[in-house]
Amino acid sequence: MSDLKKIKDEFLKKFNEKLNLTEINKLKSDLFGKNGLISSQFKKIGLISENDRKKFASDLNIIKDELQGLIELKIKEIENAEINEKLENEKIDVTLPERNFVRGKIHPVSQTIDEISSIFSEIGFSIEEGPDVENEYNNFTALNTPYNHPARDMHDTFYLDEKKEKLLRTHTSPVQIRTMLKDKPPFKIIAPGRTYRSDSDQTHAPMFHQVEGLYIDKEINMGHLKGCLDYFIKEFFEVKKIKMRFRPSHFPFTEPSAEVDIGYEIRDGKIIIGEGEKWLEILGCGMVHPNVLKNVKVDPNEYQGYAFGIGIDRLAMLKYGINDLRAFFECDYRWLNHFGFDPLDVPTNYRGLSR
Amino acid sequence: MKITFDWLKDHLNINLKEEKLLEQLTNIGLEVEMVESLFPGNELFKIARIVKIEKHPNADRLKVCDVDVGEKELKKVVCGAANAKEGLITIYAPPGSIIPKNKTKLVVAKIRGVTSYGMLCSESELNISDESDGIIDLASLKYKKKVGLSYFSKSSSNLIDISVTPNRPDCLGIKGIARDLAASGFGKLTALKEKKIKSNKKQSLKVKIIKNKDQGCTAFGSCLIKNVKNTESPQWLKDKLISIGQKPISAIVDITNYVMLDINRPLHAYDADKIEKGILVRNSKYGEEFTALDNKKYKLENNMCVITDNKGVLGLGGIIGGTRSGTEFNTKNILLESAYFEPKSIRDTAKKLNIETDAKFRFERGIDPLSIEDGLNKAALLIKEICGGEISKIDIQKIQTYKNKTIKFNIDLFEKITGFKISIREMQKILDGLGFKFKKLKKHLELVVPSWRPDINQEIDIVEELVRISGYEKIKIVKPNKERTKSTLTQPQKLFHFLQRSIASKGYLETITWSFTDTNYNNFFRGENKEIRIINPISSDLGVLRNSIFSNLVIYINKNLDRDFKDLSIFEIGPVFTGSNPGEQNTVVCGLSAGKKFRLSWIDKERNIDVFDVKRDVVQTLIEAGYNSNKFFIDTETPNYYHPGKSGRLFLDKGKDKVAAYFGEIHPNILKKIDSKTESLVGFEIFVDNLKLPKKTLNDQKTKFTFSDYQKSERDFAFIVNKNISSQDLINTISNIDQSLISNIRVFDVYEGENIPANQKSIAISVTIQSFEKTLNDSDLEKINNLIIEKVESKTGAKIRS
Repeated sequence: MSDLKKIKDEFLKKFNEKLNLTEINKLKSDLFGKNGLISSQFKKIGLISENDRKKFASDLNIIKDELQGLIELKIKEIENAEINEKLENEKIDVTLPERNFVRGKIHPVSQTIDEISSIFSEIGFSIEEGPDVENEYNNFTALNTPYNHPARDMHDTFYLDEKKEKLLRTHTSPVQIRTMLKDKPPFKIIAPGRTYRSDSDQTHAPMFHQVEGLYIDKEINMGHLKGCLDYFIKEFFEVKKIKMRFRPSHFPFTEPSAEVDIGYEIRDGKIIIGEGEKWLEILGCGMVHPNVLKNVKVDPNEYQGYAFGIGIDRLAMLKYGINDLRAFFECDYRWLNHFGFDPLDVPTNYRGLSR
Repeated sequence: MKITFDWLKDHLNINLKEEKLLEQLTNIGLEVEMVESLFPGNELFKIARIVKIEKHPNADRLKVCDVDVGEKELKKVVCGAANAKEGLITIYAPPGSIIPKNKTKLVVAKIRGVTSYGMLCSESELNISDESDGIIDLASLKYKKKVGLSYFSKSSSNLIDISVTPNRPDCLGIKGIARDLAASGFGKLTALKEKKIKSNKKQSLKVKIIKNKDQGCTAFGSCLIKNVKNTESPQWLKDKLISIGQKPISAIVDITNYVMLDINRPLHAYDADKIEKGILVRNSKYGEEFTALDNKKYKLENNMCVITDNKGVLGLGGIIGGTRSGTEFNTKNILLESAYFEPKSIRDTAKKLNIETDAKFRFERGIDPLSIEDGLNKAALLIKEICGGEISKIDIQKIQTYKNKTIKFNIDLFEKITGFKISIREMQKILDGLGFKFKKLKKHLELVVPSWRPDINQEIDIVEELVRISGYEKIKIVKPNKERTKSTLTQPQKLFHFLQRSIASKGYLETITWSFTDTNYNNFFRGENKEIRIINPISSDLGVLRNSIFSNLVIYINKNLDRDFKDLSIFEIGPVFTGSNPGEQNTVVCGLSAGKKFRLSWIDKERNIDVFDVKRDVVQTLIEAGYNSNKFFIDTETPNYYHPGKSGRLFLDKGKDKVAAYFGEIHPNILKKIDSKTESLVGFEIFVDNLKLPKKTLNDQKTKFTFSDYQKSERDFAFIVNKNISSQDLINTISNIDQSLISNIRVFDVYEGENIPANQKSIAISVTIQSFEKTLNDSDLEKINNLIIEKVESKTGAKIRS
């Protein structure tokens, strides 16, 4: 009896001294090794009188469990301390910069084209394209602008041959002609793309972007045109209300024709779209001229509808506060980085056009 | 077209404010471009005389003038005009006045050390004309007595600049604008009693129009005014012209200008004494010459409409007169011409000779063919009133009689096109106001189109007139229908957008550059394509359509390198041109990267950007776009602008397709020629139109999902092969052995040099072997192992390294 107590007391005495892993292991084998103090006591069990045997065995087991538990705990403690010390030594400066990365950007004109496409997609327009090099017929004559028409003076045209039969399209309107020639009505398309005119100054570039719109069906009238553009402008500028003005104008390929102005004002040096007393011209439109429909073999007595042309670069400038049109095409790294969009920012209807 | 409210009031009874006028003009399609007060304090500009001139002590080009402005003291004015001389009568602007051209307010200022009190003005500074060469020279005796008086009479009316669309020649006259306004309910057109010439003298100069083919002149009206005394115009007339920014010249010229501006009826005044034996209107013959009033000599081609006399060409009908028969201050007898010229003929001739005149601008748009007499009456009577003389009867020669157009207008068309209704009464009121004559039938109006409206030819034009005058604000918004019957984008368009964003996501900045480029740069990247020239380029360095996007990217990457950016990646997706016919163009994604990877990185080792960087961008992009990289095939045939040894050509389907992409280093010779300051320049081109659309849609690909859970094993092989054997050959050979077992092949080492025979290299490949049916045992693996070695050795001449 007192043996067991003695063993335990002695153990606790040693155990409470500061021990390293080797010493603890030694202690362990001193107790539980083949001839260890505790192991030896177990061998005695048989020798003890039957009366006391049961109690002795039970006491011995309790002490064994207790001491074993203490030793295991201690071992874990020491191991943990050692790992912690090791990790502490591996500490690095995590404020050092991350590995280099590069970010690509989408050009604001491309982003704007995607925004426009997303808006018109919602109201059922699909996207058509046409070539940059056009023939004279598609660019002018088929659009009711015969040779010798002064309206041609409004287009400073780049030509590719002396006979002036091949040219860089001056507007996206020839896509109307191509679309209507290859298909049957109804037509409901937009056609964004590059356009070219041979003037160049602060506000004009020899190349710019337009989006053409065309909706031909049996009962499409000017009210639909107004509704479509009203919807588009509000969606594009992401505003609930917009001050918009339709004003009579003239294009050879539409009759009646209109130009559309939106209200704006300058507040704190920033342009505010949709309100204010000043007007800004943003697009031209009208009802497709019966002569154009005849040229593409669509019966103007049965079908009618509208067309419009919008300057994309201009819209992008207004929406994103870009002052200089020429900068769009000068590829300045700083400008592209600043005005470009993250490629993951795909304009969609459900998450909104812009962040 | 420049107008003033005051002048409009000659034709319009109105007492509304100018603000309302501006609004209404724009509402009916006569867009107000600019309103300019002409000019605040214009009475400050004085007629002045230079009394004395001294050289400026500190500037060779400047003069110090003592100027008499009608006050006791002379004003000292510093002036740089070459034509400033003592005795010159000119216009003086005092400090405090605002120069119309640049809107700056003059102050007393020291110019190179000499104090200048005001300035002497050129015509352009006063917006009288574009003449900016020297100061105004008022070379007439009359002005001598007016020194100190205001040059402009005080005007309360602003100058209003209207943009008149090319279909509206009638609005190139003040009266036409007034008519439109009145029709829209803005004021009432004043019923002027037009006076007519009362004369019993015959027009004695014979006029004949020759019936040439395509004769450009169909009617020629004239009258002779004898014994006139050409003089300076009276103040009211001068004021009128000045009020819209024109410069008075002499009474006869001013009167013809006035009539033209007022009723859009161009006239021409000849010195009748200089016409030899009558007038013949005919087609020109090649080589005929004449000197026009712009002092240029023109050599004519065949079939231009010319006014001639016995001695030759007097003028180009409807475009410009000649110096030989021009009127001067001492002209005594005048022949006044009022003719009709065909727009097409005018335009052809003016274009060929490159002449732009006011008369041409009007005739090519279409002059009222019935205004011949009106114009002659109005001008001749004014000339008589101001210059005296005797007027002859009007003589009109014509080879065609004008007939008004008629249109049968279906009343319902209006609502069908505009979506709203107006009453027939309203329609009739508008059309009446615009000068239409009409008869009402059941559902139609039978309309006679006024002669001054060449733009109105069919029913739709009537709709336009009606909606324009009743007001576009009446058009009711119809909300758009959100039904979609066709998908927004086609497959190729989806691919375009995908590639665009895929490349951008790999660190490239998207650029948009011109479709044209510098021929020198284009030649570097032209390859086999022919050059496509623009006949009229904006500048010589933008003279050709681009055959490759590289030319522009190289130019702009160089500019950015000059801005001291070192590591750049830019790309563009857009057209390149293969010919000058519509459709001879291809869409290309072209990227260009310069510099290093990991420049100045504390953690990664820096290295030049290289061909495998761009190859990854190309391959990854194509895989992301849905193409199967197992089928990619790469060879080394690339255009000559790539480094011949460090560039590749990629096919989607083992060479059976068109070229999908090129990638590689830009040829070092080009780098040298363009003086590029970068360590490395690599690029790629993906030919979007050559990419066959993936047969399987994403949906199809997703539906079948198979994988194997059986144990896989990896085996490594090292082969020694000839240097010219590509790793692609080895990989293809291995993957063809058993596609159901070989799932992944990776090259993990390439080595040449020590221990490897010359002209050979060692390629180490790791192959993953896995079955869909069972766990492979050692003998299965051994079998495939041996098969790999055997096939590679026999197909490529490689030897396994042991």
